[in-house]
Amino acid sequence: MNFDLTEEQQILVDSVARFVQDDSNVERFRKLREIERGWDPEMWARMGEYGWLGVPFAEEHGGVGARFVDLALILEQLGRGLVPEPILASVVLAGGLLSRLGSEEQIGRFLEPMIEGRRSLALAYAERQSRYDLCDCLTTAERNGSGWTLRGQKLWVLNGHAADHVLVVARSGGSQLDASGLSIFAVDAGAPGLSITPVNGMDGQRTGLIELDGVQVGDDRLLGPADEALPHVEWAIDRGAAAACAEGQGAIQELFDRTVAYLKERQQFGVPIGSFQALQHRAADMYAELELCRSTMILAAIQADSEDEDERRADISAAKHQLAVGGWFVQSSAIQLFGGIGVTDEQDEGLFFKRLRVLNALFGDADHHVDRYQALPRFAAVE
Amino acid sequence: MDMSFTPEQQAFRQEVREWIAGAMPPEMKRNAENGAAFDQQATMEWHRILYAKGWIAPAWPAEYGGTGWDVARRFIFQDELVRAGTPQLSPFGLGMVGPLLIQFGTDAQKERFLPKILSGGEVWCQGYSEPNAGSDLASLQLRADKDGDDYVLNGQKTWTTYAQYADWIFLLCRTSSEGRKQEGISFLLADLKNTPGITVKPFLTTGGTYAFSETWFKDARVPQENRVGPENGGWTLAKALLGHERTQIGGIAESGRWLAQVKRIARNTPRGTASLLDDAHFRRRIAALEMRHRALTMANLRTLSAAQLGRAPGPESSILKLVGTEIYQGMTELAMDAMGHDALGWLDSPAEALPEHERWVASEFNYLRAATIYGGSNEIQRNIIAKNILRLPTA
Repeated sequence: MNFDLTEEQQILVDSVARFVQDDSNVERFRKLREIERGWDPEMWARMGEYGWLGVPFAEEHGGVGARFVDLALILEQLGRGLVPEPILASVVLAGGLLSRLGSEEQIGRFLEPMIEGRRSLALAYAERQSRYDLCDCLTTAERNGSGWTLRGQKLWVLNGHAADHVLVVARSGGSQLDASGLSIFAVDAGAPGLSITPVNGMDGQRTGLIELDGVQVGDDRLLGPADEALPHVEWAIDRGAAAACAEGQGAIQELFDRTVAYLKERQQFGVPIGSFQALQHRAADMYAELELCRSTMILAAIQADSEDEDERRADISAAKHQLAVGGWFVQSSAIQLFGGIGVTDEQDEGLFFKRLRVLNALFGDADHHVDRYQALPRFAAVE
Repeated sequence: MDMSFTPEQQAFRQEVREWIAGAMPPEMKRNAENGAAFDQQATMEWHRILYAKGWIAPAWPAEYGGTGWDVARRFIFQDELVRAGTPQLSPFGLGMVGPLLIQFGTDAQKERFLPKILSGGEVWCQGYSEPNAGSDLASLQLRADKDGDDYVLNGQKTWTTYAQYADWIFLLCRTSSEGRKQEGISFLLADLKNTPGITVKPFLTTGGTYAFSETWFKDARVPQENRVGPENGGWTLAKALLGHERTQIGGIAESGRWLAQVKRIARNTPRGTASLLDDAHFRRRIAALEMRHRALTMANLRTLSAAQLGRAPGPESSILKLVGTEIYQGMTELAMDAMGHDALGWLDSPAEALPEHERWVASEFNYLRAATIYGGSNEIQRNIIAKNILRLPTA
């Protein structure tokens, strides 16, 4: 048991922090939020060169073969600069599923070009009615002679507006809420019958609204066995939640640091407002929540690699819940302490606030994770 | 970063678990199952059992009688103690004055005091607060005037927890009124049982038990050789000790035990045809607090891990007391809520009215309102975070 960064991890953290400072600060995000793609393919290629897009993947596929924790450390630093390149969608969600379920051929075709930074990916799972229930899927995959026909609609697809290939969760068997009968298909962005509408998000990032109107895919586009995708999707979404906690940690730390600096600098009644005990105690409580976020973020990143499903669920739910509740306390307090200027678009703090609220809504909110936690068998195992 | 336990560590856990199961006397086990508050006799009995095994001071360096365990083993050991519900040992000797003497004491003081802290032969208490020096501790007024080889003490301490059971007291006193109030304070060790002029009077707490006391000093003589650190240099020691205390008094382990207790009460409380533990709303309330406890447990592990590497507790340790005691109280509040009408009962209610496993809940619920007050109130903790960590300006 050891919670210190290794020397390699420290070097990694330092280099990503330097990257954010020199090449991808909030000003860059402000420019990118004005363009439809919302991120820069050249920067994506650079991230590929740095090896960041291959961290959790096997070396034989061009990856680094490292653990999820290393990816979390990168995301945390990127969160401090609101870096919009789609690592969460492309590496964590879609990339994770490809490396877990993909055949050699599929990995070579879809994953490796992404690791190199030449392509980006997305995972389409959420639907209008599904909320956070991963079983709830109306999109259908109908068997036809040589392959499958996909019909339905997917919403809030992270990087769905820009991805070269989209992994689509569809129902190949059973009915709307069944746990079995789900399958995953890799669909090209330009496939006939597929239409993608970019949707502007609150946080200045885009997602895709995807319509599948009789999209034809062959068997070579089916990821893993048919009808049994649910545990894998759950696994990917859990890693998405752990990644959201990591990115959120960077955002929340940045927001907190800026708030503390402001408390020292802003004068009212002839003194810095940070000398008022009411504000000091608010800041101390923010600090406590921030440290709890950090602790659970580490826990979640470690458990993201765990094959013990109950452990993984318990700790990732604890982390996502802490980000949603404790993180919310920090972000909302930050805006309050900045006063009116915190509600203006010109001030960066509001951008962090928005991104954090989006991360809160992704992969299950506080209520969802309390609910999942209390349903774990170990919860009610009273001795 | 790595959180997994090695096969050796897992074997160690098994060893500890089996040993505890064999070492706990039957009555102690029964009380543990009922969540009873252990009395002084039971606590000292368990102290001696651990001492005989050589496991009394996991946090001490091996050369002073500690176990020499690494942080993982210490964590596992603590985890297993909580799981079994063994009595919580008094922190004043093992957790506070012992480590302080190891750091600041003379060789003679170490030889004189450490062995009996380990054996339980001498029980300690803490003399910090005074009626007019609570949160403003540095304004303390217990006078210590030099006379020959002694200090002569006059004044009063309060909230001296378990002074009624203690043989010795470590205390802060005023040896000078020159300069800043922090600069005239010294740290003394006094023989509570054998020093004429010291009187102890326990308070009855709202929990119905006697936990803390008032302690009076009237011309009580303490040898100068019982001073730890330099004269008028006690404030530094006091702060070091408070820092040490903060990492321990959040009640993180105790909260773990309460969590099991809350679920046990809920499981045994009918709710229609099922139990309260099947009630969706109540389950979610427990789950939310359990997750928060999990988060703090992880923060505690990070602190332990840093200490293992020889560093002072990091900033994360300052929240252990603040958040820990709020969780601790939250657990007792959940237990009270779980009891429904049984929350009307008290320590002497008949078993037909109040089941044995609920008997201590109301008492502890009341007493533990002190948790956010003792060891530096949580408001003082927030001041410390604001000043020492966030470096916010003073008014």
